[in-house]
Amino acid sequence: MNLATLKRQNHNLANTNRQIEILDDHEAIGIPSFQEKLQNIDLFPLKSTGIEIFQINVGKMCNQVCKHCHVDAGPDRQEIMTKETMQQILDALRGTEVKTVDLTGGAPEMNPDFRWFVEEITAMGKSVIVRCNLTIILANPKYHDLPDFFKKHKVNVVSSLPYFAAKRTNAQRGEGVFEKSIKALQMLNEVGYGMPGSNLKLDLVYNPSGAFLPGDQAELEQQFKQKLLELYEVQFNELFAITNLPISRFLDYLITSENYEDYMHELVNAFNPAAASGVMCRNTLSISWDGYLYDCDFNQMLDLKLEDVPVHISDFDLISTNERTIRISQHCFGCTAGAGSSCGGVTT
Amino acid sequence: MKETYYNREDLGKFGNITEFQQELGDKFFDYYGSVFAPGALTAREKSLIALAVAHAIQCPYCIDAYTSDTLKKGVDEEQMMEAIHVAAAIRGGASLVHGVQMMNQVKDKMM
Repeated sequence: MNLATLKRQNHNLANTNRQIEILDDHEAIGIPSFQEKLQNIDLFPLKSTGIEIFQINVGKMCNQVCKHCHVDAGPDRQEIMTKETMQQILDALRGTEVKTVDLTGGAPEMNPDFRWFVEEITAMGKSVIVRCNLTIILANPKYHDLPDFFKKHKVNVVSSLPYFAAKRTNAQRGEGVFEKSIKALQMLNEVGYGMPGSNLKLDLVYNPSGAFLPGDQAELEQQFKQKLLELYEVQFNELFAITNLPISRFLDYLITSENYEDYMHELVNAFNPAAASGVMCRNTLSISWDGYLYDCDFNQMLDLKLEDVPVHISDFDLISTNERTIRISQHCFGCTAGAGSSCGGVTT
Repeated sequence: MKETYYNREDLGKFGNITEFQQELGDKFFDYYGSVFAPGALTAREKSLIALAVAHAIQCPYCIDAYTSDTLKKGVDEEQMMEAIHVAAAIRGGASLVHGVQMMNQVKDKMM
């Protein structure tokens, strides 16, 4: 596995224009445009239904270099949200009814102002989700107390685990990640996360370790619960099955493994109108490390900013952003396939 | 006329068999859908059985379809290969058990 980000490799796919060029050429692989599919079900233009969640990418630095990462995150990424931008977000958040803030990255915990930000958000009475990659807890002694910090602020911890065995997990997330992930999960269980009767929520994310769609979420959850308890005495609350989208490193994987065309056909063949009406961009606002606004984390990584409304959090306008038209592209087929996909799992 | 007997893309055209026999084709696909719906067995169990049977009858379309299906359903490589060994054991066993008939006949004929 190549341990460098696309950016570090000076890979042509590190350029978002190149990715969009490939995705937009849908005729070359014989699939319709996403716009056409939405028009067929009277869902175009796709509109926001009102912002319920602020999903904030606090930086692209990460201690892992996962093969499927659409962020192209890694240890060499220097893009880190400043405290000033965090303050602008807090000011904007204060004027909304938004109840949930979802912190992601990279590894959000590696942002030097991460803990301050969590404290400020919870002081406003908002709930916090942290997309924790688990190994960060063990990466350095300064992170060892993260389970206690999360507990103190009743953070909903959401962590990726592609399988309950080492081979598939490590193939996707890097050598040794599975073993460290299990240790981190046990540490979270020790302070009460995921345990029966506790109000500390620990959810797992299942991303397929290859060019295939996730199966039934409920069945996968049952399998994971049984195996993790039996083999490692690990417990958790819910499992979210999330489809890999053809962006950044996963796009590179699809092209290099000659799976791109088949995968896109599979996404299109699995297009589900019910999933389309429940896509997360309709109730989520995505904010980048430098304060720009996007319909979702995927649009963010393709640098497709909001259209026709203010694009920076310092100019945030709630009313117009709540009523905005969402920018769509071919990668959207990933969120509308099968039972649908979002950061909270299936959308149907 | 194509160069090879089997073409991957033909799997996607399976439904087209109704063109030559509408009613029978429709009945088959309706039955097929019912067979694979969760019942006394889970969808995952049925998918693994289908994978094993696909190898017993050596149908490349079925192998393709059920390799993808079991992968999606979270079955891992060891489980998939073990299922194929079940098919191999049954196939091999089917030959060998007839050896009892052979042995019976030999013993009948020999002093």
